Amino acid sequence: MLFEITTAALDPRRLIERVRKDESGAVVLFSGVVRNENLGRRVMYLEYDAYTEMAERVMGDIAEEAMRRWPITDVAMQHRTGRLEIGETSLLVAVSAPHRKEAFEACHALVDRFKEVVPVWKKEVWEGGEEWIEGEAVNRSG
Amino acid sequence: MKAKVRLFARLSELAGTREAEVEVGEGLTAGEVYQALCRRYPALSGINGSIRYAVNGEYADPGHPVGEGDELALIPPVSGGSRAV
Repeated sequence: MLFEITTAALDPRRLIERVRKDESGAVVLFSGVVRNENLGRRVMYLEYDAYTEMAERVMGDIAEEAMRRWPITDVAMQHRTGRLEIGETSLLVAVSAPHRKEAFEACHALVDRFKEVVPVWKKEVWEGGEEWIEGEAVNRSG
Repeated sequence: MKAKVRLFARLSELAGTREAEVEVGEGLTAGEVYQALCRRYPALSGINGSIRYAVNGEYADPGHPVGEGDELALIPPVSGGSRAV
């Protein structure tokens, strides 16, 4: 298990190796990347902020939830902070499991959950302005 | 008796700081610490409905006690990842 907030560039290969076990028949990797458009605005770059200590702990909590729900063998998550350019990777979620079905399902659920509860924020900077994007406020148990 | 407050994202820009110390006397609630902070940084007023609190790194209700040495974080709605939210 690895849960990390970092300013360094994210390396998908490293995360895949990290979660792969000899009993894993599947590794699913989600990679969130910065795209050049949002709500019709031409995005120049994003800037991410995080409450690092809490974010890493909450990532561990949601990984444990997933491990209780699916027979998966390992989970790792990393989120990058600071300024990210178009095409750079902001989030990696890797899940290994004996079989692909639970690896896909758990990875999908973890990405959704991440966006609900992990204290990470992004600021969108476009030509002529900038704005902190705020998601829906949800209950932690939600 | 002081507690530490952490501010992030839009809130840190509004306040112009990422950290503050607040006098909590014999203890305040998370919501009361936020009110005290609003008096010092008026730009933080009016966002009450959209923030959550965390005390010592755990999500907490506005009524959660904050005492000497505790760390209160004001958590705007999160937006990690890269999709539109």
